[in-house]
Amino acid sequence: MSAVLAPLLGWSFAAAMASVPFLFPDPYLLAVLTSAGIFIIGAISLNLLLGYTGQLSLGHAAFFGLGAYASALATLGFDIAIGFGLRLRLDPQPVWVGFLSAVVVAGLFGWLLGRLAFRVRGAYFVIITICFAQVLRMVSLNWVELTQGPMALTGIPPFALWLPGQGVVELTSKPQTYWLVLGVAVLAFLIVRQIVRSRIGRALVALRENETLARSVGIRVTHYLVIATVVSAGIAGAAGSLFAHYVRIIDPDVFLFIYTVTMVIMVVTGGKGTLWGPVVGGLIFGLLPDMLRGAARPEAQWIAYGLAMILLVMFLPRGIVPAFTGLLAGRRARVVLPAAAAREAAE
Amino acid sequence: MDQALQHLVNGTVLGGTYALLGIGLTLIFGVMRVVNFTHGELYAFGAYMAYGLVSLLGLNFYLSLLLAALLGAALGAVIERVLLRPLRGADIDSVMLAMIGAALVLQNASMWAWGGVAKLVPSPFDGMPLVFGPVSVLPLRLFVLGVAVALLLAFWFLLDRTRAGIAMRATFQDPETAALMGVRVAWVGTATFAIGSGLAAAAGALLGPVFMVSPTMGDLVGLKAFAIVILGGLGNLPGAVIGGFALGYVEEFGGGFLSTEYRDAFGFLLIILVLAIRPQGLVAAKERVG
Repeated sequence: MSAVLAPLLGWSFAAAMASVPFLFPDPYLLAVLTSAGIFIIGAISLNLLLGYTGQLSLGHAAFFGLGAYASALATLGFDIAIGFGLRLRLDPQPVWVGFLSAVVVAGLFGWLLGRLAFRVRGAYFVIITICFAQVLRMVSLNWVELTQGPMALTGIPPFALWLPGQGVVELTSKPQTYWLVLGVAVLAFLIVRQIVRSRIGRALVALRENETLARSVGIRVTHYLVIATVVSAGIAGAAGSLFAHYVRIIDPDVFLFIYTVTMVIMVVTGGKGTLWGPVVGGLIFGLLPDMLRGAARPEAQWIAYGLAMILLVMFLPRGIVPAFTGLLAGRRARVVLPAAAAREAAE
Repeated sequence: MDQALQHLVNGTVLGGTYALLGIGLTLIFGVMRVVNFTHGELYAFGAYMAYGLVSLLGLNFYLSLLLAALLGAALGAVIERVLLRPLRGADIDSVMLAMIGAALVLQNASMWAWGGVAKLVPSPFDGMPLVFGPVSVLPLRLFVLGVAVALLLAFWFLLDRTRAGIAMRATFQDPETAALMGVRVAWVGTATFAIGSGLAAAAGALLGPVFMVSPTMGDLVGLKAFAIVILGGLGNLPGAVIGGFALGYVEEFGGGFLSTEYRDAFGFLLIILVLAIRPQGLVAAKERVG
């Protein structure tokens, strides 16, 4: 696609999505699209790691869950013992503070995980990211004073936004929530696009294609990987915050591996390392379960997910978007030569 | 002190089955370069087969354990032929994704087949503990440890003293040279995956009468198997045995003296620590991070 046509198509797609509440004012459809949108934001952030750095990070639910808990706890307030007879107390904060703290907390943990996990690669990296999410899940299960454990955090307030002329209002209607999620999704898309097209993005692609070569031309590999992880974690945290204030109840299951798997399937189906991949994959796997809900049991749905993953790896390893643009462009698929990308990034 | 001795005994019993899990996983990684996400599901499969054979078909307990392990090995062989053989030569991440898909299918298939209610495999051992001075241990747990150790020894014998074992070790070291020497590498792959899966299923069948059998039991166990293998270094066989017992002791002592709630978290914290400090694993000498 040409440089002029692509953004035009992108914006018209966003506009079409924004007009859905006018064209189809069906609350069920909007609810499904809203929750799909939240996971698409997660998938967009995961794509930065999975697609552009080539690191199979399977602990992404950790950042999603951290964001959800941070946002919920900030808006509910807490009062906990932190040892030595001291207590840490926070009064309930407005929702935007919760949203920001979700981004910051998830980003900080992203930095921590990045510093730790990027000492290793390949299978070791994958396992360390899985363990990270698992430890957080156990903490959320057992630190009952803070998280209520399996009893879940309930009564989380809905989104509130300052609207011109109306002051701060709670977004309780379906279309309002939908537009908010859509807005954050567009923002996440633009942030990731900006990063990918920057020096950082070129460095990431260079090291994905050939890490040794990238190092040899002076790219600080770990430095860029940590930056990507922090940004990715921050966006996932934002998605978690949206989730918390949308469903308004959060339990330790947000850290489950299955959430990570959902996001991974979205990215891989759509096409990792493409900007539109997570959106396309996210729409498919965000809408599919609800269409199947009447027809099949939840186990059947997960079995279908598993089979889809296997078949994709076998027959469409690059995903739908590259296959589609490949068809459009014939054989003129743009190939970024690793050496060229590395040189560009090092300059 | 008495309490510590008791934890030592419990940790040893737990460590024996952990070692079984770890050694299968590490063998599969070493020979085939596959990170096997279905390992925990094969453990669950073994437990369910033991339950089905003992409770539903009324077969002899010991025979059922044997059959469960063999069925696990057969399922492993099927997975290898259907899934891994076509993906040979694909990069490690793609294979990992396919294995995650397979684990999803297996777990939800057992949820479908057996329902969500936890089950217990009946065993012929009675509940009276054997008392040795300050420590006591249930006869069933002693039996579990005995079988685990016997299986580990049998596995060592297979690998060290038989032609099949030599073929496996040769493939482990260098698949191409092994192929040139006349080893049928593809066959070794199937055999390796079947043996590793059989060991996982055996561990599940053995622990079926000790813990409850449920469809999601494989999740945590699969992750723990990774923990064990990472402690010893991926692909390091003695390391997996040491890692298995190490995790058993860490969980027992951590659960006993530090915090019962975080018992299951200790293993994962340990992995994160080990990888941060000694990425090549506790016992491996060689750098093996890539």
